[in-house]
Amino acid sequence: MRRLADLYERLDQTTSTNAKVDALTRYFQEAPPEDAAWALYFLTGQKLKRLLTTKLLVGWTQELTHIPDWLFAEVYASVGDLAEVISLLLDNLERPSTPEELPLSQWLTERLLPLRVLDATAQRERVVSWWRSMPRREVFLLNKMLTGELRVGVSSTLVVRALAKVAGLPAPDVAHRLMGTWTPSKEFFQQLVSPEVSDAEHSRPYPFYLASPLEQPPEALGDLSEWLVEWKWDGIRGQLLHRKGDVYLWSRGEELITDRFPEITEAAKALPEGVVLDGEVLAYEDGQPLPFARLQRRIGRQKLTPKVLAEAPAAFIAYDLLEQDGQDLRALPLRERRERLAALLKHHPTFPLSPAVEASSWEALAHTRSEARERNVEGFMLKRLSSPYLTGRKRGDWWKWKIDPFTVDAVLLYAHPGHGRRSSLYTDYTFAVWNGTDLLPVTKAYSGLTDEEISRLDRWIRAHTREKFGPVRSVEPEQVFELHFEGIQKSPRHKSGVALRFPRIARWRTDKKPQDADSLDSLKELLHAGA
Amino acid sequence: MDASVSFQARRPLITVTPHGLYCEPGGFHIDPWHPVERALITHAHGDHARSGHQRYLGTRAGEGLLRRRVGADSHIDSLEYGEPLKLNDVTVSFHPAGHVLGSAQLRVEHRGEVWVISGDYKRAADPTCAPFEVVRCHTFITEATFGLPIFRWDDTREVAEDILRWWDANRAVGRAAVLFCYALGKAQRVLAELARLTDRPAFVHGAMQSLVEVYRDAGVKMIPTHLVSEVAKGTSFAGALVLAPPSAGGSTWMRRFGEAETGFASGWMRVRGNRRRRGFDRGFVLSDHADWPDLLRTVADTGAERVLTTHGSAEPLARYLREQGVDASPLATQFEGEAED
Repeated sequence: MRRLADLYERLDQTTSTNAKVDALTRYFQEAPPEDAAWALYFLTGQKLKRLLTTKLLVGWTQELTHIPDWLFAEVYASVGDLAEVISLLLDNLERPSTPEELPLSQWLTERLLPLRVLDATAQRERVVSWWRSMPRREVFLLNKMLTGELRVGVSSTLVVRALAKVAGLPAPDVAHRLMGTWTPSKEFFQQLVSPEVSDAEHSRPYPFYLASPLEQPPEALGDLSEWLVEWKWDGIRGQLLHRKGDVYLWSRGEELITDRFPEITEAAKALPEGVVLDGEVLAYEDGQPLPFARLQRRIGRQKLTPKVLAEAPAAFIAYDLLEQDGQDLRALPLRERRERLAALLKHHPTFPLSPAVEASSWEALAHTRSEARERNVEGFMLKRLSSPYLTGRKRGDWWKWKIDPFTVDAVLLYAHPGHGRRSSLYTDYTFAVWNGTDLLPVTKAYSGLTDEEISRLDRWIRAHTREKFGPVRSVEPEQVFELHFEGIQKSPRHKSGVALRFPRIARWRTDKKPQDADSLDSLKELLHAGA
Repeated sequence: MDASVSFQARRPLITVTPHGLYCEPGGFHIDPWHPVERALITHAHGDHARSGHQRYLGTRAGEGLLRRRVGADSHIDSLEYGEPLKLNDVTVSFHPAGHVLGSAQLRVEHRGEVWVISGDYKRAADPTCAPFEVVRCHTFITEATFGLPIFRWDDTREVAEDILRWWDANRAVGRAAVLFCYALGKAQRVLAELARLTDRPAFVHGAMQSLVEVYRDAGVKMIPTHLVSEVAKGTSFAGALVLAPPSAGGSTWMRRFGEAETGFASGWMRVRGNRRRRGFDRGFVLSDHADWPDLLRTVADTGAERVLTTHGSAEPLARYLREQGVDASPLATQFEGEAED
């Protein structure tokens, strides 16, 4: 545990990427493999299934520190991180001068994981005795593990870079070995950094290649004939694997969603073995994609009844072929992968091929792009025909050229403090539009302002607070913001009757007065406009 | 203190007016934020000592700093700590607050009723100023900058050792270590704490040097300092410790240090998010304000039957005190305590 605390401290105490990679490399070299496996588990953002409720942890902390509920809430609002709040409050406990040390893997297997089967009394006894025996920084890490939110703030790219150094392998190989589900064990870690090619786990997807938003005019990409243009589907990016008689459907978030889409995974059994498709899961009917809201409704359902399946039938639209006959095709140019994909799908019409959008020029393409909304797509994907299938977000070969978002001018009504890095600032906002002479909240938005704007707005919020409800403040309705969003749908759960998709702040409209903000009626018109 | 006498039915001895805290029978303001005739000043930080008042009264130990803050030709009178002065039928005296050089609490007595205005204070030892003195009173106006139970300071010597270790680690790899801290008080405290551990010189930003001189003149022992701007052009700062005010962070002034690590010495560094948001490599938890346990201890020590809390977490501290049976309420002022940036 101490070694992990040291690593955490090193990572936390530098803003330099190289220093972070160095710290990770040293850790992976020095730590016993069974400990390194667990550290990697947390470093890659994986969480333990819930060991106990956070409510219990808060209760025990309050008992030990005599902090009333309201004060705990106040402190939590100012810190924004439960594990940190608890470790700061518990700092007044007497602690032994030479704390005991237990390796990380033993902490997990002998102490933390067994907590799940204990009753609350036994859980309390153990957790409190650990709190009393560990230094503050280890209490913090322990709390992070107990609350299931141990994120270290290093990107997986850096972790992969460090592992690649340790293993002496190219980073994409290591990234591939980390895909899918794995159990943190000595054997896993040893295989991961072993220079020999190991038999790949057959459920393992390839790391996704991600497109970057197009920020320059498309003409800057050169000759249109060197590019494949496809619609940008508004669904769930996924990888469909058929290997050794088994089918796996992975989402981009590396979540196994095989069981959520039985119609797709059943059909995939007809594909030849040793095939991996990259594509999009869509709600799809009569050869046409349905709005994302239909798919979303299905995602939200616990049980897939025949009715649910009929309401939102799903299809997998394929756009890339990553593996055929068990061979990794990622190094081939897209042109060739695409030809092979088309030939393959000819025999499997249940899997539509994402069609190429034909246009004579970039200008003509821009014109076609305006049809995107009616087609329930988000714009275009532009892929260089000569490009291999890379790993992660590498700029240059794959671009997303999205349609312009919807906009609305709305008034700031409530503010809520952020979390983590932004915990002492008001960064989460609720916005309202006019409904007659009232301002009616329509959406929350978090991102979009610069750090400088956030701190300016934070000062304004503090100086113009009307009321406080716990951590939330209502403010004078004076500030107008231009919000962008991707879609709007009816929502009986919202007071306004509508819900916006991907709302974010585009601009702080200091030039506008609250009376210049938009009305609910004008928003509702977008509902009918097929948004 | 005779607790049986209740003064609360009377008009409060000190009230908040648009100009600041005001003592009507004494005819003076305390740390006022708009120009007034007679201002009693607890210490020389900008949110307490503003320019433009007709007459100032402060401590002798703080006079140099006050003059520097409000202008050399201001009319400033000063008192020794504990020296009483009658203003109308009110007796005032200053008592050490342990916050920065010359900082004071103000004791105000009128017809047997005693109020103490804490100004900013801390109870931890500080080689740069006189230690906090407990003054018994009926009403205690206390600061509450860090009035939440998460704020609890480690031993200052340990923090100083941490700073030195950080400096050494950067020195070992030929990097400058730039430590941001307030120009008045914190910088000198760091230099003085380091003087117990080393006699290597440090560099300071121009905004600090004259204040460092005032502290040296007052007999505070600190490590030697050089002015960053007086170094010959092109001199390497590799391995140097540089002290600078937070406002210098991210400015072109920083470029001369090349690849440098940055740190911030402040009570706010107790919370990880505060450091990460500002992008500092290191946070050193070092404050010139009382932490939560010391705020509670001080309230108890004064024996005050009524407590008014100002700036920072005034509301939570007052509520907590009320739940402990203390008559406490927040008082709205324009003091800022330790600003977060």
